[in-house]
Amino acid sequence: MDDFYREIIIDRYKTPLMKGTLDPHDYSYKDDNPLCGDEIRIDLRVDGAGKVTEAAFEGHGCAISMASADLLVESIVGKDLDEVKSLSKEDILEMLGIELSPVRLKCALLSLKVLKAGVYGVDALEEELE
Amino acid sequence: MAPDVKSVNFDVTRVRSRFPVLTRELYPGVPLIYMDSAATSQKPEDVIEAMSSFYELQNANIHRGIHKLAEEATSSYEAARVRISSFVGAGNPREIVFTRNTTESINLVAYSWGRSNLKSGDRVLLTEMEHHSNIVPWQILAEERGIQLDFVPVTDDGKLDLDAYSQLLESKPRLVGFTHMSNMLGTINPVKRMTAEAHAAGALVLVDGAQSVPHLPVNLVDLDVDFYAFSAHKMLGPTGIGILFGKKELLQEMPPFLGGGDMIKRVTLDGFSSNSLPYKFEAGTPAIAEAIGFGVAVDFLTELGMEAVHAHERQLTEYALERLEEVPGILVYGPSLAEKGGVMSFTFEGVHPHDVAQVLDRDGIAVRAGHHCAMPLHEKYKIPATTRASFYVYNTTDEIDTLIEGLYKVKQLFG
Repeated sequence: MDDFYREIIIDRYKTPLMKGTLDPHDYSYKDDNPLCGDEIRIDLRVDGAGKVTEAAFEGHGCAISMASADLLVESIVGKDLDEVKSLSKEDILEMLGIELSPVRLKCALLSLKVLKAGVYGVDALEEELE
Repeated sequence: MAPDVKSVNFDVTRVRSRFPVLTRELYPGVPLIYMDSAATSQKPEDVIEAMSSFYELQNANIHRGIHKLAEEATSSYEAARVRISSFVGAGNPREIVFTRNTTESINLVAYSWGRSNLKSGDRVLLTEMEHHSNIVPWQILAEERGIQLDFVPVTDDGKLDLDAYSQLLESKPRLVGFTHMSNMLGTINPVKRMTAEAHAAGALVLVDGAQSVPHLPVNLVDLDVDFYAFSAHKMLGPTGIGILFGKKELLQEMPPFLGGGDMIKRVTLDGFSSNSLPYKFEAGTPAIAEAIGFGVAVDFLTELGMEAVHAHERQLTEYALERLEEVPGILVYGPSLAEKGGVMSFTFEGVHPHDVAQVLDRDGIAVRAGHHCAMPLHEKYKIPATTRASFYVYNTTDEIDTLIEGLYKVKQLFG
């Protein structure tokens, strides 16, 4: 059990560092996973050079989805949008440091899906993530 | 501590010894505690062996065969139908149609009866506590035919609002469809009373019995319902086979559902004439081994006695309600014991159901987390998901104690 709910996951779930909304923002996107009811919104502010200056997320869900959203949003501050676009499933799993079953993988990847849909401005990224 | 569930007429240890999967260790030293029977039940060795034995010794296609194997297979298949028919107190085995499952049974009624009887503006009355399988087939029909769907509201304590039901019947629905027992709340609905009221208002009645037939004594003649659907796999039988009961007069008037072999009397290039009941609705080679397994599952339950099964689960439900109440932050949905079957859907303050289920899994406890195919009901209670523990003949109060210990572990981890 301890290997699954690592301290970092429980900590980030209970006391997220990046929770909130940004108003105004340059990018904002929201999506849900209707099967488990998880919902995540991510807001970004980007400077003239295309670098993320501020980021925040809002939403509700299981420990895996919330912790991965918090870690992901934290990791993109200071990154170029091109770097954000190239983030992959493996990057998320590395941040979480655990292995996930296919069902729980959907929880972990919801925030990445929301982020990419936000920066690409499209919703059709499921294929890339699967 | 736990009350002793071993009574004179229900020996749970002996029952458990017939289920091979219960001897499995899920993780080293961690036995399986299966509390997901509302999704599908485990299977006793009797059912598994009957199906293997069919394939080993009797396998042949049914009906019209002249050879010995075909005759044996036909007679085993039809004998299963007769036993299932008497298990649910149907008037006539011809009223028992083999389908794939409850979902297909309901779709059969919507497709065959619905398309030949409903026209634009007609109303169908459902309830807010239906499984998606008793909502979506009617929504498809509503889109296609312009029929109007109404829903009986659910009260805060998880019961159907029967005053609202009486009022909704005044708008003269052609058919009323409702579940005998809710798969999320465990609510056992007063089928006989609701059916009589619907009939008085001129409506036919379709009941989803997926959760009730496995757990309660059911007598269809006494309930007087027009259609009744249930699945084998939730009542110790195999997946892939279920039943649609329909009153003979209704089934006779209905057009076929699927076309093909076995459902016809005669075919020419100009057309066909339908076979007699129930074969009119059983196109193609059916799930023969599964029907035979289903028959044995029914024998197994008959041997236990459905009154005894219900009494055993009632004891478990009472004990579980009592123990769950002790755990701070837990909220169980549904009515009180008097009207509740062995289904515990609950929320845990501050913890998502996925996390509850994941922590419990490490103790070998199988529960379900999600919306349990009842999204409208979760929306009503304004919760995205619940954790559901559901009980059956093989569960014990000791297992409920382990569940509660597991929930305290969840609390410790997330509290």
